[in-house]
Amino acid sequence: MVRIIDRRFDSKNKSAVNRQRFMRRFKNQIREAVADAISGRSIKDLDNGESVTIPSKDLSEPQFHHGRGGIWENVFTGNDQFSSGDQINRPQGGGGGGTGKGKASKDGEGEDDFVFNLSREEFLDVFFDDLALPNLVKTQLARIHEYKSQRAGFTNDGTPANINVVRSLRGALGRRLALGSPYRGQLRELQQQLDELLETRPEDDPEVLKLKDEIGILRAKIEAIPFIDTFDLRYNNRIKVPKPTTQAVMFCIMDVSGSMDEDKKATAKRFFMLLYLFLTRTYEHIEVVFIRHHTIAKEVNEEDFFHSRESGGTVVSSALEMMKDILHARYLNGAWNVYGAQASDGDNWENDSPHCRELLADTILPFVQYFAYIEITPGEPQNLWREYEKLIGAHPNFAMQHIEGLPDIYPVFRELFKKKLV
Amino acid sequence: MSAKRQKRKQPLPAPGEWTFELIEAYHAEIDRVARNYGLDTYPTQIELITSEQMMDAYSSVGMPVNYHHWSFGKSFLQTEKSYRRGQMGLAYEIVINSNPCIAYLMEENTMTMQALVIAHAAYGHNSFFKGNYLFKQWTNADAIIDYLIFARNYLTECEERYGEEEVELLLDSCHALMNVGVDRYKRPEKLSLNKELTRQRERAEYLQSQVNDLWRTLPTAHVKTQAVEQRRFPSEPQENLLYFIEKNAPLLEPWQREVVRIVRKVGQYFFPQRQTQVMNEGWATYWHYTLINTLYDEGLLADNFMLEFLHSHTNVVYQPSYNEPWYHGLNPYALGFAMWQDIRRICENPTDEDRYWFPDIAGSDWRETFDFAMRNFKDESFIAQFLSPKVMRDFRLFAILDDDKESKLKVSAIHDEEGYRRVREILSDNYNLGSREPNLQVWNVDLRGDRSLTLRHQAYQRRPLSGDADEVLKHVARLWGFAVRMEVAREDGSVEILHECRQERRKTDT
Repeated sequence: MVRIIDRRFDSKNKSAVNRQRFMRRFKNQIREAVADAISGRSIKDLDNGESVTIPSKDLSEPQFHHGRGGIWENVFTGNDQFSSGDQINRPQGGGGGGTGKGKASKDGEGEDDFVFNLSREEFLDVFFDDLALPNLVKTQLARIHEYKSQRAGFTNDGTPANINVVRSLRGALGRRLALGSPYRGQLRELQQQLDELLETRPEDDPEVLKLKDEIGILRAKIEAIPFIDTFDLRYNNRIKVPKPTTQAVMFCIMDVSGSMDEDKKATAKRFFMLLYLFLTRTYEHIEVVFIRHHTIAKEVNEEDFFHSRESGGTVVSSALEMMKDILHARYLNGAWNVYGAQASDGDNWENDSPHCRELLADTILPFVQYFAYIEITPGEPQNLWREYEKLIGAHPNFAMQHIEGLPDIYPVFRELFKKKLV
Repeated sequence: MSAKRQKRKQPLPAPGEWTFELIEAYHAEIDRVARNYGLDTYPTQIELITSEQMMDAYSSVGMPVNYHHWSFGKSFLQTEKSYRRGQMGLAYEIVINSNPCIAYLMEENTMTMQALVIAHAAYGHNSFFKGNYLFKQWTNADAIIDYLIFARNYLTECEERYGEEEVELLLDSCHALMNVGVDRYKRPEKLSLNKELTRQRERAEYLQSQVNDLWRTLPTAHVKTQAVEQRRFPSEPQENLLYFIEKNAPLLEPWQREVVRIVRKVGQYFFPQRQTQVMNEGWATYWHYTLINTLYDEGLLADNFMLEFLHSHTNVVYQPSYNEPWYHGLNPYALGFAMWQDIRRICENPTDEDRYWFPDIAGSDWRETFDFAMRNFKDESFIAQFLSPKVMRDFRLFAILDDDKESKLKVSAIHDEEGYRRVREILSDNYNLGSREPNLQVWNVDLRGDRSLTLRHQAYQRRPLSGDADEVLKHVARLWGFAVRMEVAREDGSVEILHECRQERRKTDT
């Protein structure tokens, strides 16, 4: 008659499709939330999800209902003071005698915004979406670190498949020796006494028999020590080690002169984030150096780099000088792969641009793996761009890109990572 | 109850953890007792699920299969959030009105809870589904699962053919009208998977030809013109907006009509549940209480089992007073349970008051009375018929009149001799869908003119439509394809146009 079915191991994510539909429908809100998150986050912090808030009015599913007003008559419980015909003041906030059932709870819900969490994958998905990355690259970047398994001694517990026989038996032998040695000492003594007694007395002498008994008991005790015990077991231990082991330094150079507004900085930030993300796929340890400049350059922390406001003219060479100095002082000991990324609106002081080109060509490009320049400007390229253009042919590790919107960022990286991807 | 208790049987073990063997053992006993009480049920199918799966089931309105839509994703996220934060527990059980009746039991429940849930869902709700006239009339337990599978496959097919966005927009609009997609008075047709499948294509073609005829623009014979001018369409106002759209919307494609129909059918399936909350939950609660107590009296249940059971039961039927912060209106479990218990009391130990109020049932056989009441009523009529002065006194019920033209609220009646009838009348009206939800009608279609559709809200007690009515109207306009108007007919006879939604859509080939 009754059927009892265990469904606990059936597929769990029946709602996964519906969740995707939901995400697609509220793509714009989610995008905004991700954009906000990006401006609030460190460029190194891309491995977390994000909670997204959607105003509840956007989510509402309207239906025909009664609104407030008109005549309502409702029944309540727990009368403690009223008689028929009593007049009562309206409760504040219009609860009480309010509208029909069910309505009140809907109003209550309406005040909260709808919050839900994006997973890391979903977050990166949206992040990549803006940047128009090819799919292959997306999967490359979103991949969790690869580890390799490596031997690391022995442990006391593990799976039977990993038992190390030699070690385990060695332990068992040691334990047997240690536990048995007091008995063996006594045994040797008694044996000696027995031998001495036997020289003078016959086999069936009571003292001889007593000694024999005692010897028998001792032997039994030694026998009773288990050959192998659970705590003798040793297992091969394996640990996971991350594969990449090299290190890199990434220089972020940004123009913070008056002409770089918040939008341009946000674009630049995505550019730096993406470069960072690319580098984390290749290098285990990455240091980031932030240099911002207007007429003079300064090494700053990330917070100041993106958020403090400066104004004034622009001398790009100041930053390149500083990069050169830091590079030579700290990172030229052969242990570092050096990457440079420069973002500017290209509006440099006219006489400075040729100097920048020389600095780059002579003191920086020979030492870096890659140097990328992006010019964020809606209009014609500026003077710095024209100077840099001369570098392209001679230096394969130099790339530049004129950026108007976010989708323009990716091509900068295409060249750089082509070899690794194909 | 303990007085007549006899320890003649060994109690069933009551450990915290359930096992499949124990569930079977408990089920067998509950089943036996339920048969003794004459409960008539569909066969039971008990399914054990995890909390994750319970949330899945929640978000697809409790159905084991359903089509895909973002709103289900939304409710899943909502449930998940509040569950993870501990703001709410999940229901212990979900029961599906199907044949066999499927009861979901959550893995996390203790053995006691599983037994309670089996008694509550698999016997209480199950027998109600099988017996109550609304469920018999509106739902077809044999076919619902098949129909949902058909619906999901059909919608998937539509998505492949016409694009997910297109289907989603259509579903949005249909969902907005789900609660005005029911014939309240006409009996619906039975659902059947095979019939649906074979007839679906025929119907699509036939409907399209009908609609085209309605909108024929070729000149008609001169003689007829006069008559046609006078013709009103629809000839009588229609209450079922979705049905009207399915049959008459001029620009819908056949597949779109089918989708409207699916949403309408699913909405209709839940219609009886909305009208029998108090009765149904009260009935199930009464039976889990009675069945478990009977088993305890037989000595089959251990004391620790009973303590946990009573603790849960008490929580379920807790009714806060109006001035307590956790008051959310009447608890249907509490009211329903009290009423069923009271009916049994009236049958077995009637007082003079009961004889005066309920001459028909005072002193009658309680099981016959129960059966009659369960089969033939819905909340509205159940309360009007069976709410006794005693229950009103126990709940200390009182009614408040809220007229927005008066500065103060008025207590219109309380639980006293003069008030009983009035309180009962008002409470019954509170459960009447007809007055709880706005009365909307398809009033007119301008056949010869701009093809606009006019809906009319028959205002009752000056209650207005809520603010998002104009949003819903946009959905109506999307389905109708031409301008849609909403007018309100007040009780004083005045008619006024509330909203108008213009829609210029032309059929395109894409």
